[in-house]
Amino acid sequence: MSTGTPIAEAAGLAAPAGTPALIQEPGTLAAFWRRLRARKSAVAGLVIVGLLILMAVFAPWIAPYDPTATDWGNVRGAPSFVHPFGGDEVGRDVLSRIIFGARASLGAGLVSVALAVSLGLPLGLLAGYAGGWIDGVISRLTDALLAIPFLILAIALAAFLGPSLVNAMIAIGLSATSTFIRLTRAQVRAVAAEEFVEAARAMGNPPWRIARVHILPNIVPAILVQATLTIAAAIIAEASLSFLGLGQQPPEPSWGAMLNTAKNFMDQAPWMAIWPGLSIFLAVLAFNLFGDGLRDALDPRQRT
Amino acid sequence: MTKPLLDVRDLAVAFDTDGGAVHAVNGVSYTLHEGETLGIVGESGSGKSVHVLAMLGLIPRPPGRITGGQVLFEGRDLLALKERELRKIRGGAIGFVFQDPMSSLNPGMTVAAQIVEPLRIHLGLDARAARARARELLDLVRIPNAVARLDQYPHEFSGGQRQRVMIAIGLSCRPKLLIADEATTALDVTVQAEIVALVQELKRELGMAILWITHDLGVVAGISDTVQVMYAGRILERGPVDDIFSDPRNAYTLGLLRSLPDLSGGRAGRRRLHQIEGAPPDMRHPPPGDPFAPRNAFATPRCRTEMPPLAQAPGAAPGHLVAAWYDLPNLLRQEVAR
Repeated sequence: MSTGTPIAEAAGLAAPAGTPALIQEPGTLAAFWRRLRARKSAVAGLVIVGLLILMAVFAPWIAPYDPTATDWGNVRGAPSFVHPFGGDEVGRDVLSRIIFGARASLGAGLVSVALAVSLGLPLGLLAGYAGGWIDGVISRLTDALLAIPFLILAIALAAFLGPSLVNAMIAIGLSATSTFIRLTRAQVRAVAAEEFVEAARAMGNPPWRIARVHILPNIVPAILVQATLTIAAAIIAEASLSFLGLGQQPPEPSWGAMLNTAKNFMDQAPWMAIWPGLSIFLAVLAFNLFGDGLRDALDPRQRT
Repeated sequence: MTKPLLDVRDLAVAFDTDGGAVHAVNGVSYTLHEGETLGIVGESGSGKSVHVLAMLGLIPRPPGRITGGQVLFEGRDLLALKERELRKIRGGAIGFVFQDPMSSLNPGMTVAAQIVEPLRIHLGLDARAARARARELLDLVRIPNAVARLDQYPHEFSGGQRQRVMIAIGLSCRPKLLIADEATTALDVTVQAEIVALVQELKRELGMAILWITHDLGVVAGISDTVQVMYAGRILERGPVDDIFSDPRNAYTLGLLRSLPDLSGGRAGRRRLHQIEGAPPDMRHPPPGDPFAPRNAFATPRCRTEMPPLAQAPGAAPGHLVAAWYDLPNLLRQEVAR
């Protein structure tokens, strides 16, 4: 990225003696915000994510119609002033279903990633810091899970748990956990090799305190970036599961389920597919842009 | 003589590698008294840092292994202590200053938070008292405007100031012993001089013993009472600082001194710098005799088969010990003495 020279800027501000930044400088929240803002794509991602979240939260006030109410006059109705996004196969307002569908998509993205982080972070921390046979057991299990493609695993788990939105979230969360275990473990090992961890030991810190105070805060940025990017993957996974009938159950709206129905009416009512498809595209793009920007802003070293 | 503060007896440390055990420290014995400053010199891999880390339980185990010896600190054997008890000593009665102040401070914590850490762990101070003490410590290491700087992050300090902060942390619990492991190596020369001056002042004020590990003979000369030269995990020579510099008895010490540039000017200053030929031995298979013998022009056949004991050097100042089967030619010793 060629947005000025934030490295020189950060280093100049940070180290009065002109010493190069050897390890990650935390800076202040303000400095981080400035670096993030310098990336237009990241800001765009953040704005879209924000709007989508607002849309999901305030869906009942924004949506013009009840998302499950049928209207015989609007069956496969083309977009109009009354129904801007048209109507679906039983005459439900597509715009309202898109708005309410954001709840399923974003909710699934956030909840499943929260689950994955809350399981993966402690396990990765344990594996990375304790080492030895504990590391061996956790790492081999992680390897085994990572050998199965993410989506296939999620579909298998969701099929095993039974079709519902909550089960889909659990399935996606469990499938994403192994990534976080591995990332956390690698990060912990990298940070644990830093000299300040050695210094902390020489200061008489007990191991749990070193893990909590000296290692954990230094791996948060990497986890945060990975979490944001995984939300995008989880949104696709939720849409896929719903498309296969394993996620949100009818008549409740979900972008993936809407696509599934729409595929039968592609030539008569293409808007039934276009809007949910665009919504998934937009949400995933926004989280990816924001995640990439976050990574650049949090870790000056990885900037190219 | 009073009981020593630190009494290292025949300490040996090895690291297990795929190519066999690396014998990093091979029977190191010495004592350090309260208020004394001991400089340990040696090149990389001489065991000078490793043996100190090992006695505080700071080497990774495995692959590290303490293969023998005792380390009595205030009469207690550190090697026999449980990790929990050792933790109370680390950062408490024994303070530590590391080599690289750029990387030994946690970049994500304020300086105050890091100085406060040992105070809360070892002295059990509450947040307010610890903070007040942290301020005093920054004053002690001569960091101006301490109050304002407490809440800054390490990257807002210069290299020399960070090392001052490290020293403040090392001294925070009023240790009996401060161990500085290459504490000036990462700093540029003017800052080195400042840090050495600071440590000398602090020693006068606080009276702790110091174990100063370095490969820089110049720094050792400026700071130590006693110097100890290590090579291949053994002590080859030990004695009062002036005596070591003016009357070296071991060929390795002599080689080190001859490799120093002479900045006094005049004709003597224009001599070619000496270089020690060869490379240190492979520590997976340490030589049976004097480890320096293969590189030593004065080595006798006995040097190659039998390790000489560390004993009083004949005709030298009392306490000047040397491990050598040979005598260095007077001519060379005099050259260095100038």
